[in-house]
Amino acid sequence: MALQSLDIKRMSATTVQPPVVREPVTGTVAKLIDVSKCIGCKACQTACMEWNDLRDEIGITTGVYDNPRDLSEHSWTVMRFAEYENPNGNLEWLIRKDGCPFNVPRISKKDNRVYKCTLCSDRVAVGQEPACVKTCPTGAIMFGTKEDMKEQAQDRIVDLKERGFEHAGLYDPQGVGGTHVMYVLHHADQPSLYHGLPDNPRISPLVRLWKGVAKPLALAALALTALTGFFHYTRIGPNEVDEVDEQAAEDEAKREREREREHDDA
Amino acid sequence: MHKDDTEYNVKYDREHRELIERYTANERTNHWITAICFVLLALSGLAMFHPAMFWLSALFGGGQWTRILHPFIGVVMFLSFALLALRFWRHNVLDRDDVRWLRQIGDVVNNREDDLPEVGRYNAGQKLLFFVLIVCLLLLLASGIVIWRRYFSGYFPIGVIRFSAVVHAAVAFVLIASIIVHIYAGIWVKGSIGAMVRGTVTLGWARKHHRRWFRSIVRSSPRD
Repeated sequence: MALQSLDIKRMSATTVQPPVVREPVTGTVAKLIDVSKCIGCKACQTACMEWNDLRDEIGITTGVYDNPRDLSEHSWTVMRFAEYENPNGNLEWLIRKDGCPFNVPRISKKDNRVYKCTLCSDRVAVGQEPACVKTCPTGAIMFGTKEDMKEQAQDRIVDLKERGFEHAGLYDPQGVGGTHVMYVLHHADQPSLYHGLPDNPRISPLVRLWKGVAKPLALAALALTALTGFFHYTRIGPNEVDEVDEQAAEDEAKREREREREHDDA
Repeated sequence: MHKDDTEYNVKYDREHRELIERYTANERTNHWITAICFVLLALSGLAMFHPAMFWLSALFGGGQWTRILHPFIGVVMFLSFALLALRFWRHNVLDRDDVRWLRQIGDVVNNREDDLPEVGRYNAGQKLLFFVLIVCLLLLLASGIVIWRRYFSGYFPIGVIRFSAVVHAAVAFVLIASIIVHIYAGIWVKGSIGAMVRGTVTLGWARKHHRRWFRSIVRSSPRD
């Protein structure tokens, strides 16, 4: 396959080196969500429904502002709200978009297939930003290269610190090698305040083991087991029954049976 | 269910030599259903285990069909093996001679059988394999149910699913390695494959490899 002219980041189900020389000059793209600018209007949810032609079941109100309560195969964007009483006794309303960047895909009960946000890949492919970015009235959702987004975030973090949010910072967890949906948080020291954003996410060692060393080692060991058998056969050879064995067995059978008969007659 | 050792049909080969029936038709069928399931499961499992083996999925109608079929075949193998294990359980209880046999494993692999303790219906290696397979099959069933997305994974937390995926892969590795040994033993010890294909062994084979079993058979079946 001619892949040289394509910008391939990673290929699934392969273990060989993918073409990596053609790094995009402007870097990979990322979404930056500045929660300190979000007003909770849910325009992004609406834009997502419109662009992706999604209509979820109309649910029931459960007494909180989250609506729908969770992502589903028909809801790819969900605003999440958390109330937080800060050390000064003031109530803060912390908003976060989706589960992003974690716990996002949803398996449909109808067809057992996964549905999720595509980062509006159809829009991005023709040079447009995702629908939620386009619609956001306060500019809380931004889209660009990861480097640009980090720069944006740094400016904003300086702003926030000046306004008294001394722990303001960027959420781009290095435990998973950084993410391509990043947040500007006023409380970057406690991401879990934001509806359970993981404080220090990392890839499970079980997954690392299973997807990593286990595969080549297991295959090699199986091949070696079979090869050991082959060399055992060629070096030591089969275990065969010869005529002498057969004759000895017939004689013994005869003896045993005669003894049995004598025993029975007696 | 199991045919008693003491009542067996005398059979003859083409030269009219006496043969001993080692496995009845039902036992052979049960074994081969299990074996066919195992081959299908190993091939489809390896296809899903390593990208280099993914081409094996073509044998099952592509990647998705491989994933769909694998667990169903697994259930068939478990049930078939469970029946097999019940049939052979009483012949596989380990005794003191088996420990000695295992200590002399060097003699075994070098075809030096004269000093080995007399073997009953199964030798210690076969008995060990028997119990390894039982443990493997139980673990594969339990972990396989947890990672069977379509019907069961929804009932388990993600940590349990991840753990089960690792257990399933590790145990499958032990099982495949054990069966490679099992198949090789059949090729190595001539006459063994015939025992499971045609059901019969020669008197010489029985006496050479399973002398205690051979004696009990000939004693209980006086030939006329």
